[in-house]
Order: sequence, then structure tokens, then C-alpha cells
Amino acid sequence: MNLFGFFRPPASAPVARERLQILLEYERKLGSQVDLFAVLREEILEVVSRHVNVDPDKVQVTVDRGPKFSTLAVDIEIPNSGGRIRASA
Amino acid sequence: MGKVIVVTSGKGGVGKTTSTAALGAALARAGENVVVVDFDVGLRNLDLVMGAERRVVYDLINVVQGVVKLPQALIRDKRIETLFLLPASQTRDKDALTEDGVGRVIAELRTKFDWVICDSPAGIERGATLAMRFADAAVIVANSEVSSVRDSDRIIGLLDSKTVKAERGERMEKHLLITRFDSARAARGEMLAIEDVLEILSVPLLGIIPESEAVLRASNLGTPVTICSSDSAPARAYTAAARRLAGEDIEMTIPTDKKGFFNKLFGRRAA
Repeated sequence: MNLFGFFRPPASAPVARERLQILLEYERKLGSQVDLFAVLREEILEVVSRHVNVDPDKVQVTVDRGPKFSTLAVDIEIPNSGGRIRASA
Repeated sequence: MGKVIVVTSGKGGVGKTTSTAALGAALARAGENVVVVDFDVGLRNLDLVMGAERRVVYDLINVVQGVVKLPQALIRDKRIETLFLLPASQTRDKDALTEDGVGRVIAELRTKFDWVICDSPAGIERGATLAMRFADAAVIVANSEVSSVRDSDRIIGLLDSKTVKAERGERMEKHLLITRFDSARAARGEMLAIEDVLEILSVPLLGIIPESEAVLRASNLGTPVTICSSDSAPARAYTAAARRLAGEDIEMTIPTDKKGFFNKLFGRRAA
């Protein structure tokens, strides 16, 4: 136990370790199996496109890969006028 | 129109990625619009040093190949809102980067940002030559050590022959950034002196970054050192270097880490 440890900032190595674990777990899977997020992203866009015209430039996809769970956000800008509703029947 | 900077070195492990992140963050914190671009296809690390590794969706190759538009691949920094990252691809083959494609992406980035800072891969292969190809200026990162200086000389040769600017017969703007500098060892004559490196390479000095634990801490935490511990010696050195890059005339010094009271009192035993 270092007497002066109290005066120093908390160790950064544990943060590095956790960041690497999350990253490498994800990267080791790449290539060997289907990227679930890519599939979800494509299918979400496909469903939305069935009903409105989606401008590919107005789609913003963000992910955040965490230790316990990850989040996927597909932000689609739907114009009030331009996005005509497509009749499905 | 923004300025395109390539951060290059030839040799690996000298501090290109750390320097790209630190300079980019320093410029962005001064209010500039900055994008840092990773050219190290297959071995990307700028995302990790920037702390954005969990948020990468698309990459430079996706943009080059037209799979997505540029704004969709840019990742905004969580701390500084004028700082963006364009990651390299981790899985694709580096041959997917074409010169035309990279040229188009760089041209578009130039219109959106004040600074486009390209983190070159090590070596002198395709990735490194593409990273420098469209640059207006180069930051050559070197350590005061024989192999690094030799490789820097090789890179300077490429900058003066293989870039668009050089081919047009224009002079490539070059800056030397000495990193991992240990003043004590240099004083003992164990490292090449700064003057010697400058004389050998004859490139103007942009800054001297002292060796410091703050750099390792910053990459552990995924925060550029200029934001992570902005009072530390390397952060002050990088901030001054960024201001020189932007054209300011700032006296060249080698900052030192301020030791705390207890560290001063007990020296290395307490460290």
C-alpha cells in the first residue's frame, strides 16, 4: 500500500483493460459470424422504406458497444411533406 | 478551405497516433473544426486513443466505396463538439483504398473542416503514401534515436516526390515533431541532441514532446492527452505545437511535469 497513492489520480490501467476486453470481444467475432447490428440496421431501413421515402443521406446510425449490452440507434429523418405514404394495398 | 496535414514517420511506435489525437484535440479546443482520419487499414488505433472504439459503425473504405455518405461515417467527439473522427476499416483489405476515392473524400473533408489531420500507418507502403498524397503539410514525428531519424529522412524523400503538391513542383510544407524526449538522457549524451536531429533532417521544429506517464494514462483512458491532463508537460508541448502549426510564433521550450509537494520531497521513492 502506497502511502502517497491517495494524492494521485486513480489508476488508468483497469479502464484500459475493460475497454480492450469489450473491443476485442467484438473484433474477434467480426468476419466469423454475421454482424447482428448490420442486419438489424438494414432490415429497419427496409421496413421504414416500405412506408415512406427515405433519403439515404438523412439516415444516421449510431452504436455504443458496452460491457453488458450495446445500443443501436437508427435516426431517420422523415419529411412532413416529401415523404409520401405508400399505399400497401 | 481546410488545411490537410499528414502525421507520418516511417518508423512505427514513435507516437503518430498519439500526436494526431493530441494535435487534433488542441486545435478543436481552440475552436477550430477538426477531423482526424485514420489511414491504418487493418490496424486502426486512432479510435481507441480517441475513446470512440465502441461507437464505430462505418469507416473510410465505406465512404471511399460510396456505401455511405461522409457525414454518416464521421464520429463526433463526446468532449469537444468541433472534433470528429473518420475511422479506418479494421476488416477490409487495404487495397480497397483507391487514390481517386481517397482524393474525393479528402476534397470533401476540406470543404467541411478547418483541419483534416491524417494519421499515417507506419512504413512506406501504399497506406502511408495515400495518407500523404493529398496533404498540404506534413508533421514528421521522430524520436531522438538513430533508426527513427533514418526513417524520417526516407519519409521526407517521399513527401518531396510522391505527393500531389510535390508533383506540381510546389514545396511541401514540413514540420518536425520530436516525441518521447528525455531531457536527462539527452543531457547525459545518451540520446541524439535536438540540434543534431534538426541539422541532419533540416526540417523546422514544430515541438518537443517530453516522455511522460501522462501519455500512457491518456491512451489508457481513451482521451487525447491535451484534454485528459491539459496541465501535463506533454499536453502543454502539444498545445504549443498546435498553435505553431496554425501559424503562431511561440517560443520553443521543453515543458517539464510539475512535481507534487510529496514527490518533490521524497523524489523517486514516493513515485
